[in-house]
Amino acid sequence: MTLNSLMPVLPELVVVVGAMLLLMFGVFRGEDSTPIVEAGALVVLAIAAVLILMQPSAPAELFGGSIVIDAFARFFKILILIGAAAALVMSMPFWRNHKLNRFEFSVVVLLSVAGMMVMVSARDLIALYLGIELMSLALYVIAAIDRENVRSTEAGLKYFVLGALSSGMLLYGASLAYGFTGTVSFAGIAAAAKSPSTGLVFGIVFLFAGLAFKVSAVPFHMWTPDVYEGAPTPVTAFFAAAPKVAAIALFVRVAITAFPNITLSWQQIIVFISIASMVLGAFAAIGQKNIKRLMAYSSIGHVGYALVGLAPGTAEGVSGVLIYMTIYLAMTLGTFAVVIAMRRDGGQIEEIDQLAGLSRTQPVMAFVLAALLFSLAGIPPLAGFFAKFYVFLAAIQGKFYALAVIGVLASVVGAYYYLRIVKIMYIDEPAQRFLPMPKPVAIVLALSGIFTILFFVYPGPLVAAANAAAKSLF
Amino acid sequence: MATWPILSVTTFLPLVGAVFILLLRGDDEAAKRNARWVALWTTVVTFIVSIFLITGFDKSNPGFQFVEDHPWLGGTIRYKMGVDGISLPFVILTTFLMPITILSAWHAIEKRVKEFMVLFLILETLMVGTFSALDIVLFYVFFEGGLIPMFLIIGVWGGARRVYASFKFFLYTLAGSVLMLLAIMAMYYQAGTTDIVKLLTYGFPREMQTWLWLAFFASFAVKLPMWPVHTWLPDAHVEAPTAGSVILAAVLLKMGGYGFLRFSLPMFPHASELFAPMMFFLSVVAIIYTSLVALMQEDIKKLIAYSSVAHMGFVTLGMFTFSNEGVQAAVFQMVSHGIVSGALFLCVGVVYDRMHTREIAAYGGLVNRMPIYAAVFMLFTMANCGLPGTSGFVGELLALISAFKANTWVAVFATTGVILSAAYALWLYRRVVFGALEKDSLKSITDLETREIAILAPLVILTLLFGFYPAPVLDMSAASVANLVAQTKAALAPAKAALLGVQ
Repeated sequence: MTLNSLMPVLPELVVVVGAMLLLMFGVFRGEDSTPIVEAGALVVLAIAAVLILMQPSAPAELFGGSIVIDAFARFFKILILIGAAAALVMSMPFWRNHKLNRFEFSVVVLLSVAGMMVMVSARDLIALYLGIELMSLALYVIAAIDRENVRSTEAGLKYFVLGALSSGMLLYGASLAYGFTGTVSFAGIAAAAKSPSTGLVFGIVFLFAGLAFKVSAVPFHMWTPDVYEGAPTPVTAFFAAAPKVAAIALFVRVAITAFPNITLSWQQIIVFISIASMVLGAFAAIGQKNIKRLMAYSSIGHVGYALVGLAPGTAEGVSGVLIYMTIYLAMTLGTFAVVIAMRRDGGQIEEIDQLAGLSRTQPVMAFVLAALLFSLAGIPPLAGFFAKFYVFLAAIQGKFYALAVIGVLASVVGAYYYLRIVKIMYIDEPAQRFLPMPKPVAIVLALSGIFTILFFVYPGPLVAAANAAAKSLF
Repeated sequence: MATWPILSVTTFLPLVGAVFILLLRGDDEAAKRNARWVALWTTVVTFIVSIFLITGFDKSNPGFQFVEDHPWLGGTIRYKMGVDGISLPFVILTTFLMPITILSAWHAIEKRVKEFMVLFLILETLMVGTFSALDIVLFYVFFEGGLIPMFLIIGVWGGARRVYASFKFFLYTLAGSVLMLLAIMAMYYQAGTTDIVKLLTYGFPREMQTWLWLAFFASFAVKLPMWPVHTWLPDAHVEAPTAGSVILAAVLLKMGGYGFLRFSLPMFPHASELFAPMMFFLSVVAIIYTSLVALMQEDIKKLIAYSSVAHMGFVTLGMFTFSNEGVQAAVFQMVSHGIVSGALFLCVGVVYDRMHTREIAAYGGLVNRMPIYAAVFMLFTMANCGLPGTSGFVGELLALISAFKANTWVAVFATTGVILSAAYALWLYRRVVFGALEKDSLKSITDLETREIAILAPLVILTLLFGFYPAPVLDMSAASVANLVAQTKAALAPAKAALLGVQ
């Protein structure tokens, strides 16, 4: 193996080596180095993104086929890098305001990004597990990064215990799949599994249970509201963005490339967790008073919608999932930018009621948040509508009529709680002002707002990129 | 044929005005005044631009004109715009009414003027877009996008129960529309195109037509609204500010009727025929039942809202006779109702601005202090109950004639609705305008000011003009309507022949 053959994983290497260097730098220089480490982490992410964009479009395999760099992987890696970078940018003022100078945060985020990049490139069960664990361990740590805070440590511990359980299920499923097909590579499993055997179906069930936990799909969603609420807000923003996107990518790749010949066996699982997630996400969010918990249920619902695109197992559907996750990423980051900016002299505010009258105290912020909320509800002409459009289109083409009808009706129920926030901002009497929004957070909010509102003007490039990426799986 | 994209300019010009208002700084009186003037000028210029659509329109051509076609979402989903004789009247109706509504909100809206004007301009873009979209996905985007500005207009500037009304409006219409969205996707999958022109001649399998028709029905019946899914309308009308009510009654409801004409009838002729008896039944129930309900109302706006539902009953009645007169009646009745009901809501707004109540009991004897107002209100009340010589008469007469040909009993029942409409409209007029001026609060009420006369005058002229000379609207739509009816009949003919053969 020559050094040259490692070229395809250069972006991953940059991230890992960058993380190590920044860690050393931070350890030697102490806590004062936090701003430099943060800037360094952003530079590392930017370099990785540029390297990914420069990669040749032909797929490249590595490590005996364990890792593949195809259009699908590149598409998701860019999303992951954007999500991580936005979360990092938004966290900087947050840590300053809360007197939390932890340079480790940026380093651990970089390590989790490396894990996610392995996940979306994984082409066998070993690489899959390596990627998931590298990501998860990093996430457990940053959930509890505010270690003097009881809520934060509780969130970290809860996440760790339940995450370990799900990893166990995932491993069990992987071992069953290996046992009944005699190979760990997705292509090998696909070739061996021409018809569903009981053991293999069990393997799929456990494998999907583990993956459903990572994407926080019902019935493996219980950790989500608690962890979202307990973790410091920028960490929650990160959780809702990059790891979710990566886990969905992995879910899609496993389902499509490892079990293409026994689609009927896994489609019913996807249909079930998709419907359950959409419905629970819609109804459970109605009663929430804490905006982070609300966003947790909202994200559960959105995972359900994304999985609608996976259910038919077609290229159109996968392309729909890609478009969905891109738009979801932008909307989520923007919404969390507002949550981070909900701050008064007394500290961080999380009650939805406190947004009252925001349209009069901070009109621009209220306007963008309203657009993001309408978009999350899937109202045209905002980006969220097109996200839902493509996944439901795929479901209709795959003749999943019941799934589509339940899905759109759940979206009407879901629209209610998004509207409630708009109502609080625009109709209720103003509460106290928030402190002015920090610059970095405002930039993230502005970018996400522009993307969400103006997506309909020029949607062509994203649709084309998603189609190309989806084709590389088939 | 013009060389510049008139239709896109008409559609997106209001958006430019909205962006301009957003860029205005400050919240003082000067900023408010600027916002009002920018909004007024934008809508006036938009109306002037839309006049080019009339002058350039070839009435003898039943197809789509001013067609623009650009790539948009990739694949076959394109940005395609165009108007024919059925959609053009609605485009003009929208651009014509917008300056009037902006003027009507001149003093009525004092808080957050900038936002109000921005929302109205965005709404105009979406409404014009709905009527001129020639791609079914594009249509849906415009159609559904209108919910956002209307939700905020009712919710922010509405009356006491505005939150309830705005949520009801939003969720009701959204629930209806998402099913249509699924039907649109199914059509895309089946026909491989979203181009309305191609879909019009595609000929969907009969089984599928039934489901697609029902899904579209769910959306348009709520929007129109038809009995029994009309309950959001009285709430929305009562709570909305005057300008919002005007647009809601005059244009937004017409989207439902337009949808039936554009999609349900020509694209799913078999299903339309299958469900025609149901549509007749629902129309007759709407005409009689909501007229009776209107009789009982104590709130002026609510009464007019119920009368809108009844009048929309004539629209659905006419179009599902599948005859030339019937469909013409539907188009004409919608245009006429747009003018008349809009004017009635403006009239309510006039007294509401002075007295801040919509209770019928709070008024009485207005004629003594407001003679001009009484005359104007009289005209629109008469038009509302279909007096000959007003535009309301033409549409109802044509609808009833066509219904009579299709089904005598339906026509008989529907005609009682005309009597009932005279009852509630005249009774309302008597209670509000006639009688002695007894209430102290009314003693100092003033007659119409110049601005209000300027708003109502064009509507008075059009109501009378279309009453005596309905040709401008009827001629404009004639060719397209004839084409639509011929197409629908042609699609049904083989089925009828086969049926006769079996017998």
